[in-house]
Amino acid sequence: MSALQSTAGAETARASREYATFFVDGLFFGIDVLQVQEVLRYQEMTQVPLAPAVIEGLINLRGQIVTALDMRGRLKLRPRAEGQTPMNTVVRTKEGTAVSLLVDEIGDVVEVDTEAFEPVPDNVDPAARDLLQGVYKLKDRLLLILDTEKTIDIAASVA
Amino acid sequence: MDDQSVIREFLIESNENLIRLDQEMVEIEKRPRDPQLLASIFRTIHTIKGTCGFLGFSSLEAVAHLTEDILSQLRDGKRELTHELVTLILEAVDVVKTILVSIETTGQEGTETYGDLRKRLEAVSAQTKAVAPPPPPEPEKPVAQRGPSVADSTIRVDVGLLDKLMNLVGELVLARNQILQFNAHQEDGTLNATSQRLNLITTELQEGVMKTRMQPIGVVWNKLPRVVRDMATSFGKQIQLEMDGADTELDKTIIEAIKDPLMHIVRNCCDHGIEKPDVRVRKGKPAQGKLTLRAFHEGGQVNIEISDDGAGIDVQVLKTKAVQRGLIRGEQAERMTEREALALVFLPGFSTAAEVTSVSGRGVGMDVVKTNIEKIGGVVDLVSRPGEGTTLKLKIPLTLAIIPGLVVTLKERRSTPRSLTGVGMRYVIPQVSLLELIRLEGDAGKRQIERIHDTPFYRRRGALLPLVYLADVLQSGLPIDSGVVNIVVLQAEDRQFGLVVDGISDTQEIVVKPLGKQLKGLNCYAGATIMGDGRVALILDVSGIAQLSGVVQDSHEKARVETATGDHAGSARQTYLLFRAGAFERLAVPLSLVARLEEIPLSKIEHAGGKRVVQYRGRILQLASLAPILDPGTADTAALQDPAQVVVFNNGERTIGILVDLILDIVEDQVTVRQTAARQGLLGSAVVCKKVTDLLDLHAVIQAADAGWFSGPDAQRASGATVMVAEHSAFVRSLVRNSLEMAGYSVVETADTQAALRELERRKIDVVLAGLDLPSDGGHGLLAQMRRLPGLAQVPALALLDSAEQAQAFQEHPQGFSGCQLKFDREAMLRSLARLANVVGTPEALAPTGERN
Repeated sequence: MSALQSTAGAETARASREYATFFVDGLFFGIDVLQVQEVLRYQEMTQVPLAPAVIEGLINLRGQIVTALDMRGRLKLRPRAEGQTPMNTVVRTKEGTAVSLLVDEIGDVVEVDTEAFEPVPDNVDPAARDLLQGVYKLKDRLLLILDTEKTIDIAASVA
Repeated sequence: MDDQSVIREFLIESNENLIRLDQEMVEIEKRPRDPQLLASIFRTIHTIKGTCGFLGFSSLEAVAHLTEDILSQLRDGKRELTHELVTLILEAVDVVKTILVSIETTGQEGTETYGDLRKRLEAVSAQTKAVAPPPPPEPEKPVAQRGPSVADSTIRVDVGLLDKLMNLVGELVLARNQILQFNAHQEDGTLNATSQRLNLITTELQEGVMKTRMQPIGVVWNKLPRVVRDMATSFGKQIQLEMDGADTELDKTIIEAIKDPLMHIVRNCCDHGIEKPDVRVRKGKPAQGKLTLRAFHEGGQVNIEISDDGAGIDVQVLKTKAVQRGLIRGEQAERMTEREALALVFLPGFSTAAEVTSVSGRGVGMDVVKTNIEKIGGVVDLVSRPGEGTTLKLKIPLTLAIIPGLVVTLKERRSTPRSLTGVGMRYVIPQVSLLELIRLEGDAGKRQIERIHDTPFYRRRGALLPLVYLADVLQSGLPIDSGVVNIVVLQAEDRQFGLVVDGISDTQEIVVKPLGKQLKGLNCYAGATIMGDGRVALILDVSGIAQLSGVVQDSHEKARVETATGDHAGSARQTYLLFRAGAFERLAVPLSLVARLEEIPLSKIEHAGGKRVVQYRGRILQLASLAPILDPGTADTAALQDPAQVVVFNNGERTIGILVDLILDIVEDQVTVRQTAARQGLLGSAVVCKKVTDLLDLHAVIQAADAGWFSGPDAQRASGATVMVAEHSAFVRSLVRNSLEMAGYSVVETADTQAALRELERRKIDVVLAGLDLPSDGGHGLLAQMRRLPGLAQVPALALLDSAEQAQAFQEHPQGFSGCQLKFDREAMLRSLARLANVVGTPEALAPTGERN
């Protein structure tokens, strides 16, 4: 392996090998671990009337007001069962603000082999496909990689 | 320290020094021999030169070096400081700044070598000629020592860090609140004492952190001397800048927000305000114009005043421009007061500069200033005296971060699994928009809410206040009937409206936090805040709510026209109720004559004495259909509506309901009768809101519907007084007659002084209402002739006036009138008449009520 190649390999490894994972309606998702600020259990929320449906409310994160997005709604999946409380995956955006993604259950941080990557198949529902960067074929299941910036860009998709 | 951080330090330090340098250069023009100033300027340039040589920025070094040469010649007294020299040095300073910016953004100096400037600098520094011997070291009055001592005691802190501290302190305050709450139920002495201490420390810490974000307004003002100097030079004007209160402190965010508007205002003053020296001298003013900036705290706000002693604003020119640009109509302009006309400056697309200069006059400007100041909750006010100058006053809140707000609640409408609290939603309304709170209780209270179609109104001191249900606007469900109606009266732009909420809790100081960009599209919220219990509450944007609910429609145009014309300006501006009846598509009646608007289900309508009636508030209300009265023989279309639309009129004792087909609208417009009526029941046709509309002759209609109305004992008793309305406009006469007859007065109409005098001699008149522009002799003429006639000398007379301004002027010189009355102010007119009729009235009228009959 030449020196050039090895640097390139190290780069990708650093940027995208580790993913924070979570479950939404039985599906297994991952977000670049560097983009995740923290993971929280259910937080009390203040609803925002007239807001797009996927905005479930606002939470108080140590004095910072954070918008919480319902990932089931965002991915056009079935709504949560009555009484089931979601968990928060707080991600940091490019602009430095925080947004919370409401998911069913938090998974581990997963280290994946870049060899196992594949683009999203064309026949996946476009609503979900637009938000995905690709798929990792893990041993026992598929890890769907979310594009965080697209996921939190509600204004564009609602307008 | 690595290279990068050395460069950063260099940039920060140089920028600070250069800001001071600008001021010092302006200062030194006034005191060219001040050795301290010269030394300080020299030091700044020298430091930059030295450091950039070390860092290897060669162009920067070259420019700084040449400038330093010239400065050192000045310092050594080898050269006299001239205006041109100052300009050249400033130009060099600008180049230094440009290069610094380039270094900051790209890390490079840029490719420009500034050869031209360097040549000129070289030329100047070469032609040193010996001037007068170095100035004797005058014992200058000691200049306040600045610099080292202060610099040592301060450090630079990233604003982001301060913001973060502020957030954390807010959070600490919440935690403290919770502990205090918990502690209230504990008996433990140590815990009590500790939490008390925690309480005190937290409060102090909060104040301290908030203070770190405050900056003196001088931070913005410091740039102005240079700006003013440059502008004065380029316009050939002489302007002296005075600043007072530069140490007035404001939150950093506010400082940022007012920076550009302030700059624009100052530019405007220099460009349009202050005249050229020759013009000023011709007007007898000193050649040098004066621009004064003042800042001071007052009532929890900061006031900033920018005044010049220039030409002032010519109101006539303003009006002409506004009309030319189609911003207002000619007749509107004529009626405007000076204050209203001055407000034209703030209209978008308005600029009075005769010629477009490079600085201002492009037609964007004052409107942007106004919008920006209003965006941060500030107010702009303009005062101008032609020939003497203009003053612009800004009132600005101290901080955006913490504002007083009213907390209101909406009850839970539906059981959503997501919300686990039973208390419902809390919202905060910024106190700035709050006018008053109204609480209506029980059924009686609820009845005070009247509806025009589906739109609810509350009659607040005689004026209709549109009501908006917060639950409706936010689509949180139907209003809940709890027996109490809480109305929060709010000011949105130029409108007032009542916001109905389920509960009002209290006012609090709240910390405003921005909403994420996902919610930026919602203009009904101004932000969010964290309440004492740690939960998030939304802050309502009052103008957003008003727009969303339709109280303010295409807000800007409408509101601006209203501001421009003002509330009292319109001579015949009045609010009309528009409705439809049978073949008459558009009928109007002054809203002031209408008691209520009702919808009555057809099933409730009964018949008595051959007439339609309905049981209404414990009485029997007679109903009459309008269409057959106006056009006998037409089908009674109103009777087909279910529920029936009823306009209720009332004169205190008697009430009648007029059935119409459809209530169209309530509009405010000025109306002049274009065509008098050929049909009984109508006063005439007019254009109301761009459509031809028939004005109802209420007197005739009610007479036709209920012959007993005006002759009934009730009507007689209401006053019994006879009033003469002497006025040339038939329309005004009819309207006044309508109002008076509804209130039970007998009315005699006359159209000129001769007819008035004839009537006065013929019958007993208790009060005369006279228009000032009454044909032939005028209102004053009529009064003078009356006073000469025996028997008429004592008859009180009221002048009928068009506008509030006229009234104000009139009150200073009443010239024999007992008072004055606005033509369209029904309530006030009835009050004045009642007073006068009592004074002059018959003995019976003066007797206590109990003794009658």
